[in-house]
This record gives sequence, structure tokens and C-alpha cells, in this order.
Amino acid sequence: MSDLDQFRSETRAWLEANCPAEMREPVREDADIYWGGRNATFKNDAQKAWFEVCRDKGYTVPAWPKEYGGAGLSPAEAKVLREEMARIHARAPLQSFGIWMLGPALLHFGTEVQKQRFLNEIARGEIRWCQGYSEPGSGSDLVSLQTFGEDKGDHWVVNGQKIWTSYADKADWIFCLVRTDKNDKYRGITFMLFDMTSPGVSTKPILLISGNSPFCETFFDDVKVPKEYADGIPAQVGEVNRGWDVAKYLLGHEREMISGAGDTERGAGIGAMLTRAAGGVLDPVLRAELAMFDVDALAYSAMGEKFLDEIKVGKAHPAQPNMMKYAGTELNKRRNELIMAAGGSAALEWDSEESNGGSKARSWLRTKANSIEGGTSEVMLNVVAKRILELPGA
Amino acid sequence: MPLYYDDDQTMLADTAAQFMGEEGAIAKQLRHWRDKGCKDGFGHALWKQMAEMGFTGILVPEADGGMGMGNVEAGIVLEEIGRNLTPSPFLTSSVMAATALGLGSDDLKGRYLPGLLAGDSVFAVAIDEGPKHNPDRIACKAEKSGNGFKLTGKKDFVVQGASADMIVVAARTAGSDDDAEGVTLFAVPKDAAGVGHNSVRLVDSSMASHVTFDAVELDGDAVIGEVDGGRDVLNRVLDAGRVGAAAEGVGVARGSMDMTIDYLKQRKQFGRLIGEFQALQHRAAHLYSEVEIARAVVIKAQQLLDAGAENASLMASVAKAKVGKAAGLAVKEGVQMHGGIGMTDEYDIGLYMKRDRALAEFMGDVYYHAGRVAEMSGY
Repeated sequence: MSDLDQFRSETRAWLEANCPAEMREPVREDADIYWGGRNATFKNDAQKAWFEVCRDKGYTVPAWPKEYGGAGLSPAEAKVLREEMARIHARAPLQSFGIWMLGPALLHFGTEVQKQRFLNEIARGEIRWCQGYSEPGSGSDLVSLQTFGEDKGDHWVVNGQKIWTSYADKADWIFCLVRTDKNDKYRGITFMLFDMTSPGVSTKPILLISGNSPFCETFFDDVKVPKEYADGIPAQVGEVNRGWDVAKYLLGHEREMISGAGDTERGAGIGAMLTRAAGGVLDPVLRAELAMFDVDALAYSAMGEKFLDEIKVGKAHPAQPNMMKYAGTELNKRRNELIMAAGGSAALEWDSEESNGGSKARSWLRTKANSIEGGTSEVMLNVVAKRILELPGA
Repeated sequence: MPLYYDDDQTMLADTAAQFMGEEGAIAKQLRHWRDKGCKDGFGHALWKQMAEMGFTGILVPEADGGMGMGNVEAGIVLEEIGRNLTPSPFLTSSVMAATALGLGSDDLKGRYLPGLLAGDSVFAVAIDEGPKHNPDRIACKAEKSGNGFKLTGKKDFVVQGASADMIVVAARTAGSDDDAEGVTLFAVPKDAAGVGHNSVRLVDSSMASHVTFDAVELDGDAVIGEVDGGRDVLNRVLDAGRVGAAAEGVGVARGSMDMTIDYLKQRKQFGRLIGEFQALQHRAAHLYSEVEIARAVVIKAQQLLDAGAENASLMASVAKAKVGKAAGLAVKEGVQMHGGIGMTDEYDIGLYMKRDRALAEFMGDVYYHAGRVAEMSGY
């Protein structure tokens, strides 16, 4: 038996012993997801037990080094763990922007003390993070952002407004892009970390077409951000004025995440599921569309696997995440259109118990943002055209 | 297994790319034979060269004198064949017939494999019995006769049928036309009495036969696999053919796309390179994304097939369907973006469109395979 086979059978046994049955059910509502943070509460004992046992084993961030709260798994082992978790439909023990976005940026750009503190806090689910990128005038053209941090020697005074800050009202800390030099569009941005309870920070939810509100407007009114926290931990990631490098790196991870490339279950066909849900009677044209969709979804799933394999060995083109984001989000929108079509009038129900609080309709509406957030599909196509195909023009 | 080529496969890809780019190039092969009105639709000298490169025996086990490689490697060669529109009997002979022979008796292997390995023999595969692919229905009959069989019926879309030294024929030996069981595969030699060909040139200038079998007498040794139990062999031949055609289709798509992207970087209109226009950039980027995804699922299907995985046949259909969509888009966008020059015979882009059309039908089109995906998924 190879080491990897050995690891697989150990993992399988460990999951069998430690993953409660309630944690092997699909996510049905927001409370089914554990986000951690200072004010976190568990929905039930099973969620708490599952989170704690994973945290103690480093399985909230399995591929991170052990000294930062991870399990130090190799890419191949991490893949085995993902596969084994997918096999039993295990829920993620902890979800967090710290894991998906800030963590990778810190691993790449952070100082040792910064990593020691923040990565461990993220891995243990102690601090819930939000991301301060977009501004009312700077969406796709992110680099035009205006939030300004004035240099006051040992601290900055930050003023401005962010928008589309996911869960800002629930976050403890923010990782935020702040302009610190008005003369250089790219080399005048600093990537800062600060506490959302700092005086001058306020948030306001934005009600969306889905009726839900994961997003907020976030306001900074003379917010004092120290340049260094206790134990010599810098408040900025990377160098001052070089935050764009960090942001770009991190956007790659965000796009990868939104595209769902890491989700091994995503490619499973929906045709059979929807046919069953409709009581076996589906319009033949709809059935044909489902089949065509399943072809695209299964193919995309292979692409996701290839992309992750290539990333691990540095074979992927650096702009490949843009292609994955484009294709993945367009596919997800199509998937939800089909779910609505197959669901018929039952899928329209907005707040009934039967419809689980309008989950289909709300998801459908939510996915419309997929091709806007994290860079629009049009921006993704621009990047592919210029950086991969090397087509001419600005 | 990671979804990219290992070092040996990368080396093979480089070799195949160089060989097809030089020896199999459009001007040297496709246009040359087409303009001559060649009755085979391909050049035997190139086939011989492909044998010298070891390509013809890529799926033949080492014990039988071949390369002992898999569908991934065959796909590497096929992608380059597709990219250069190289006419050759590789897919029918070295992939489909070789897969069938690999499941056949030592006697059959001894009779046919040396010719394939030497590039002296060409094989065809006869499955379809109408203008649309439908291997679930086999009406062509082989009745027991003495120690052998008597084959009667007709087959369509037998690519390079009239040039083939041997045709793998799927025929019914028991049951009714739509039964899964009761099918047997035969190796029918070229000179068997009662075999008739109506050989026709297709849109891509390849040759295909409507083959008739008029009480063709076959001895028992012509059976590939089990009598009445040939469905399994047939399915394996079909899967190899599907994945192989998909790999060639990826080559067609990439060749067409590369040509189009190059054109966008050279052609000026309204005082600008047309590649500067966002309307075209977005379409080109979308096309790239579709072709990359198609390529990924082809490699996935090849690996699953080589591993004998349970879902290999499902993914073979996903691959054939996805490539059908992506390559179809690549050639159509190619012609459109080339504008008027894309409609001329002188320019190669139209040749890609023709090849794609033929390849799309071969071994089942997008709709057939999407339907199969639905059925295999239980809806």
C-alpha cells in the first residue's frame, strides 16, 4: 500500500469516527455554515463538535503548515482529504474569507510574526474577516479606488467608503485596500489589516434582489490605523504602496473560489436530480437542455481538476484563473436558470416552508452576481484576450 | 493521475507535433491528395512513415511488437493529426481496429498486427447502418454456416472502407435488431467474396464507403471476441473511437483557433488591427475558454479509459459532445472572423470547418452523446 493509500484509509476512518451525521447533510440555510469569529454561535452540538475536532487536527486549513494552525498536508494528501470529505458529503467545518483570501496572501507576502498571529487566528476561527476592495466608483476598475490613508508618522488616518463588503456587519477585522499615494495609480495602494471596532468604522447592509443581504456599504471616518501592532506586527501586508501586488495575487484566489474550481462535487449532473424533482415528467426540450448543460458542467469539472493539478506544479498560465472564473460563473448562472425552469411554480415560492424559504428563487437571483463580483465576465474576457491570447490594444 | 502530460508524454507530443507539422502539413497531404482526386483520400507513404515513427502500433502491446501505450498517447498523435488536418487511417486502424484486435485471438493478432505495425495495412470499422450513428441497433446479420458464418447486410459511413485491407464489422448473430446481446464482431478481409463498396468522397475530401455484404462467407477464425457476446468488445471499440475522435477534434479546434487569433493580430480594418476590437476580443476569449475546457475533458476521458474506470464511458460521451460544441464554435468563428477570405478555397480556415463537420458526425454527434449522458445519468 502506498503512503497515499494509507493516508486515504486513515482519513476515511477518521472522518467516519469524527464527522457527525448532521454534518453530512446539504447546507440548507445560512446557519448551517459556521463562519467563526468573536461573536460566533453554533447552530447545534454537531456543528460545534465537527468544527472543534477539525480545528484540533488542523483540518480547517489542511494544507497550511502546522505552525500556522494547519495540518501540513501535501497537495496530494489535501486532495485525498477533499475527495474523502466529498464522498461522505461532509460540510466544511469552517468557512471564512480568512481561509480563502487573506490566508493565501499572508502565506505569500506576510512577515513571520504576522503569519504566526493572523494565520493561527484564522485557522482557529477566532477572527472573522471581510474584504474591503470595491468602492462606489471603483468596481471593475478597482485600481481607481479613492479611500485615502493619510500618513501621520506612526499611524494612518483612513477616510473613504467601500461597497459590496461581504458580511462587513458580521466581521471582526477587515483586509482593505487604501490609497496611500495619490500620484501613482498602481504603486500608491497599501493593503491594510484593521479592527472593525475601530472608532470611525460603520457598516450598512445593502438589500439585494434576492431579498438577502450578505453585502454592506462600509464607511471610514477618520479611522486611526496604527502602522504596527504589538510584538512588531505590521498592519500592512507586503510593502507600503505595493498593496496592488497583494490584491492581484489575492484576486486570483478569489476568482478561483468563485469559479468553484475547488469544489469536487460541483460537476455532478443536475439532469437526473431535476427530472426526479419534477416527478419524472420534463419537457423534452428542457431535458435536452439539461443534457447539454450536464455535458458542459462535467467538462468544466475536468477543467477544474486540470487547473488545480497544473497550479500545483506551476504549469498554469497566470491568467488562467480569469478563464476559470468566466466559464464557472456563466455555468453557475445557467445551472440556476435550469433549476428554476425545472422547478416550475414550486421554485417561485418566496417564503414558504415547502420551498425552504424560497431557497431556489433566492439562489437563482444571487447567482446573477457571480459574473459581476470579483471582476465581471467582460473584464475576465478582456484579461484572457490580452494576457493569454495576446491580442493587441490597450 | 494529474491532468497534464508527464515527461514521456510531453516528449511524444513534441515529436508528433514536429512530424505532423512537417510531413503531415495541409499543403503536403490534404491539399495534395485532394487536388489529385486520390481514391484513398490519404497517402500511403505517410502511413509508412507513421509506422517508422512507431505511431501505427501505439495501442498494440509490446509483446505483440507495438508501443504498448494508451489512449492518452494515441490522443497526443490524434491532436496533431487534427491540428494539421492530416488525412490518415490512424483513428480507424491504430485506435479502433487495434482496440478490437487487442481483444481478439492470437491468430487474428498474428494475421493483422504485423501489417499495421509496418504501415502496410489499413483497417476500417463498420458500425453505422444509416446516416446517423446508432450502435444500439445492429441489423446486419451473420448466420451460422458450417464452421463459420454467412454475413448479409449493409453498413454506412465506413471511413476509408474501400482502401482497407480488413474491416471490423459489427453484426447480429442472435436476437432482434435492437437487442444489446446477440452481437458479434468480425474481421472481414478485403478480398472476401460478396463484399461490395460504393465509395464516396465526403465534404472534407476523405473517402467513405457504403459497404454491402452479400452472403459473405467467413470462417470461425474471423470472430473477434465471443460469438453473440460482442457488445462488450464493440463498446470498447466505440469508447476508443469516441475519445479518439474527440482528441482529433481538439486538434482541429486548436488549429483553427490559432489561425484565427493570428489573423486578428495581422488584419487591419478602419485603420486598426481587428484584434483591437473588443467585440472580437470577447468572442476570441470565449472561444479559448471553450476549447481549453474541451481539451481538459478529453484528457480526463483518455485517462479514465486507460485506467478502465467505471465512469470512462460516460466521460467518453461527455468528451465527444463537448468537443463537438467547442470545435464547431472554433471553425465557425474562424470562418466568420476571417471575413471574405475565409470563404475562399485558397485559405485553409474553410478546410478546418469541413473536417470538423465530418468528425462531428463520426462516432456520434453532440446530440447523440448528450442524449447518452442523460441516459447514463438516469434521465
